[in-house]
Amino acid sequence: MIWFILRRAGAASIVLFLASVMIFLGIRALPGDPAVAMAGEEATPEAVAAIRAQYGLDQPLPVQYADYVTQTLTGNLGRSTQDKLPVADILAQRLPVTLELAAIAIVIAVTIGLLAGIVAAVQSGRFFDYVANAIGLVGLSVPHFWLGLLAILLFSVTLRWLPASGYVPFSEDPAGNLQRMLLPAVVLGTGFAAALMRQTRSAMLGALTADYVRTARSKGLSERKVVAVHALRNSLTTVVTVLGLQLGVLISGAVVTEQIFVIPGFGKLTVDAVLTRNYPVIQAVVLVVVVGYVLINLLVDIAYAALNPRIRFGGGADG
Amino acid sequence: MTGARTAPNGDGPLLDITGLAVDFDTEDGVVHAVKGVDLSLGAGEILALCGESGCGKSVTAMSIPGLLPRGARISGSVKLEGRELTTLPARALRDVRGKEISMVFQEPMTSLNPSFTVGYQLGEVLRRHEGMSRGQARARSVELLDLVGIPAPDRRIKEYPHQLSGGMRQRVMIAIAVACSPKVLIADEPTTALDVTIQAGVLDVFRDLRDRLGTAIILITHDLSVVADIADRAIVMYAGRAVEQAPVTELFARPRHPYTMGLMKALPAAVTAAGVGERPRLAEIPGMVPTPMTDPDECAFQPRCPRAEPDCTASRPILEKAVSESPADGHTVACFHPLEGEGR
Repeated sequence: MIWFILRRAGAASIVLFLASVMIFLGIRALPGDPAVAMAGEEATPEAVAAIRAQYGLDQPLPVQYADYVTQTLTGNLGRSTQDKLPVADILAQRLPVTLELAAIAIVIAVTIGLLAGIVAAVQSGRFFDYVANAIGLVGLSVPHFWLGLLAILLFSVTLRWLPASGYVPFSEDPAGNLQRMLLPAVVLGTGFAAALMRQTRSAMLGALTADYVRTARSKGLSERKVVAVHALRNSLTTVVTVLGLQLGVLISGAVVTEQIFVIPGFGKLTVDAVLTRNYPVIQAVVLVVVVGYVLINLLVDIAYAALNPRIRFGGGADG
Repeated sequence: MTGARTAPNGDGPLLDITGLAVDFDTEDGVVHAVKGVDLSLGAGEILALCGESGCGKSVTAMSIPGLLPRGARISGSVKLEGRELTTLPARALRDVRGKEISMVFQEPMTSLNPSFTVGYQLGEVLRRHEGMSRGQARARSVELLDLVGIPAPDRRIKEYPHQLSGGMRQRVMIAIAVACSPKVLIADEPTTALDVTIQAGVLDVFRDLRDRLGTAIILITHDLSVVADIADRAIVMYAGRAVEQAPVTELFARPRHPYTMGLMKALPAAVTAAGVGERPRLAEIPGMVPTPMTDPDECAFQPRCPRAEPDCTASRPILEKAVSESPADGHTVACFHPLEGEGR
């Protein structure tokens, strides 16, 4: 198991290296000379050259890259062109907001999606199954922005149960924070829950007709144990896959959701940075997303191995 | 084994099935899988249920511990030591499964859960029915693996099904099935998916269990060589009904039903002892198995039967004592024109 994790981590670091090269080159491929832009239209060639030397832009690309990696690893992501704040500080402020939002959304989605999927499979062809499938289809089809607006209209404007927008840090006002996070988290988690429900249902339907489930029943185990231990354990691989894939969707969903609910998170930071061509921030945002993706995939791979002994032991008598 | 036909208490057989019928509702209509089967099993007896695919032998077996899928309608009576099982509440039936009646299935590759160790899957049934702790179950599991002939059981117990060969997995299945010393073990094609050399070993395990633990075994198979090898008595099924029933030696010596005869003629020479060197082409039975959707009041085998007469379509023959000059112990056949015991 240790070797398996090390192998996967090695592969992940190769991906990270390649991604960092692409981010580095991507920024350099953008039109315009940053030294000219910084020096201004009227600057003399000597002034431009001085700026080039100051920022190391006259060095060969490999040297520049090495410098970029060193700076990034030491936490120096540059300064925002808008407010001149260090990008690292901005990320440290914005990222936890989105992580909290995503965490609540995931908890809601996994709870609802997993339970509904299991029950729908057990009750397949009956009333609950039809209702869950119908709601699931709607949940998958409805875009975040529309669902967000609808939720604000119903729960904030009409019923006045929850605030329509805004953000309070958890450390200042835990209740107020959760109150404001609930609606966006539900909106963000809806599609996730629907996708998870459908995948869990189909995986469980397959597992429930498997021979080993028949064996479990022939042992006299209770139906709950048959479903929750024997069938579910083998369906979890599918669930983990969906989880990994949907976390990517969650990032794009967070961008839209934070925009609607005016939450100062990572998603809103991204949108604002793109609109103001704030390159250092964009560069950092892309890096964070890439690292996030790679880490999630690494975790998914490790989860597969934990769930499936055939992966852990690298095949057996018959592969 | 013909002496041990009754339950230990002496009144009636261990397992008694009368008029068992199973229908399935499908999109195309009702499928009559089993159309009225009577069967009795004595303690320590090995009974073979044989016939070709779709004759209802597996459905008959699955209906005994109530393991038929949703949508199956079951009628008739299944009694274990006089206790009716078909009307037993689900909870009480679960106490019977794995404890008094247990099963071994055809596919050792898929019948074990790939996500759990052999030890867990064995221990589970011990903890469920015997109330053992994890430690006790573990110790007993090692003994059980040893009993079914698995070498290095204390190591195997920590392994996952994919680390074992097919024959090993089937032995594990058997160990699970006999863990709580069941009265009846139902084995549905237990050797079909295995190599011939492995088959013999697995059959030896069954024989050994019967001799040592006194477990009665219902063996479902389409393979007459398996029947000849291990069973005390056999029931031949065709199209959802029993067509012939006899002790195995009697059945092989004097098959009465033309269908049974057809099955035996379809056996390779090595098994039928026709002699080496002389190898006639295997005889197939012409025609097709009738559809299970209809159930006309006639002999179901009649369209394929070389001995068919006009009266075979007039009504359905019932299973009755075969006319025989030999003191054939309970040889019954459902045929208007049975073979006269002339052998093959």
